[in-house]
Amino acid sequence: MLVLLAIAVLVIGLVLRLNPLAVVLASAATAGFAAGLDPVELLEKFGHAFNANKYVTAVFLVIPMIGMLEDHGLQERARGVILGFRNVTLGRLLLLYMLFRQVVSAIGLTQLGGHPTMVRPMLAPMAEAAAERDDSKLSDDEVKALSAATDNIGLFFGEDIFLAIGSILLMKGILDSYGIHVEPFELSLWAIPTAIAAFLIHGFRLLMLDRHRRKAGLKSEEAAE
Amino acid sequence: MIGLEQVYQLAGLMFAGFAILSLKDRTDKRRWFNMMLWALIAFSFLFGDYIGGVANAFLAIAIVVVAASGRTGAAPDASVDETTRIAGAKRFGNWLFLPALMVPFIALAGTIFFKLVPGIVVGSEATLVSLALGALLAALVCVLWFRAGAVAPFREGVRLMDGIGWAVLLPQMLAALGVVFALAGMGKVVGDLLGYVDTGGSLLAQVALYCCGMAAFTVLMGNAFAAFPVMFTAIGAPLLIHGHHGNPAAVAAIGMLAGFCGTLVTPMAANFNLVPAALLELKDSYGVIRAQLPTAALMLVANILLLYFLGFGH
Repeated sequence: MLVLLAIAVLVIGLVLRLNPLAVVLASAATAGFAAGLDPVELLEKFGHAFNANKYVTAVFLVIPMIGMLEDHGLQERARGVILGFRNVTLGRLLLLYMLFRQVVSAIGLTQLGGHPTMVRPMLAPMAEAAAERDDSKLSDDEVKALSAATDNIGLFFGEDIFLAIGSILLMKGILDSYGIHVEPFELSLWAIPTAIAAFLIHGFRLLMLDRHRRKAGLKSEEAAE
Repeated sequence: MIGLEQVYQLAGLMFAGFAILSLKDRTDKRRWFNMMLWALIAFSFLFGDYIGGVANAFLAIAIVVVAASGRTGAAPDASVDETTRIAGAKRFGNWLFLPALMVPFIALAGTIFFKLVPGIVVGSEATLVSLALGALLAALVCVLWFRAGAVAPFREGVRLMDGIGWAVLLPQMLAALGVVFALAGMGKVVGDLLGYVDTGGSLLAQVALYCCGMAAFTVLMGNAFAAFPVMFTAIGAPLLIHGHHGNPAAVAAIGMLAGFCGTLVTPMAANFNLVPAALLELKDSYGVIRAQLPTAALMLVANILLLYFLGFGH
């Protein structure tokens, strides 16, 4: 029961907005001591896991290229592309990206997306340009946050349809350990209803972003008459 | 064979370059702290695999000390003004997308190619190797195309990285915390606690407890993979599959997806939620979570209903 203290440390630290890295370290130490782990073993395991997860940080290898392209007008060009399509609204743009992200993740192409490679250089500036033209009430930060959110949601509720993704293999392993044998195909099939629900729910939220625009559009038409 | 080792050497060199360039701006008082942060990360990439767990833990602690000093990071300002960028956009046009799109496509093509033609790249590491290859080639294309010089990739890279700062290491730290939690038996404690919840034998209540527990435990651990075994053992297998004869594939798959709803709202899933907020220069580091919250809540309800109505033969 004492190990729950580690969660208390984590929550309190994050609520007080202390440096999250320090909070994580404090929480790990609390969990280790509460469970009576040997301090050297605790350091050993923590350090090993820290090192073994370097691959998450290695994706920042794309950053120099993004920086150079941005200096030469990548974001401005992304805005220009959107302004060239008059029918593209903020809601429709994000909905289209959501569909793209779900479908390509469902066939295993999870690399075609992501925050450093797609959202920051391309999707976010496009969304900002669309929002500006729509005269949206959302702030720039809210539009950028929605772009990142749509990338995550499309990925999460698309990738599980693919057979060879990590979560499917994990589920199969655990089910096997209970003597329950299911094919990975069955597991991926059962991800489809949730994927459809995600498209409907998040898609509805995205299209609602355009509601304000439609009202404003009607008003300006009335004024023109 | 090429594998993670070479990718890590490349990343190490990149961060070492960031460390050196951090010192160049003599007007910035924070330059020593920025230099230390990137140098420690460079050290971790270059030598982390050879120094053992305890030394890596001290390395992580050193990084936390530098980060918690509050003296790292820099105002993310563009190195060229807007007029130059608009002129660039006009001059280079849609070709600007080419290097940016090269990366995911090389990552994809490389993954497929290296799996079909074994012997060049370690199979399980093909994706990351291909991504690194794509990033390297795209950077090279930019340097040649813009005649930017060899320092430019590091200069532009460190400019963006200073905006993200120490948050770049949060996913790694949280993964390590997850390992310590597992070691400390956190899963069993939480699973035992859930055993005390009285569902009155109602199927809907048990399905709801299973899905909400999956999401809540994911919020705490930052990863649905950590929550799944705990919740499946506590409720999924004994109550839903054996008690109510639920379809095992449905119970497992929808349970995992209920866990993903938790991933969308937890700062513990830093690489999905906090790092993008820093990368997009949002004022509120919880901005992405705020944008995801309504969808995540509705999706949790949707998963409960889907499992309840589709997963049991009634």
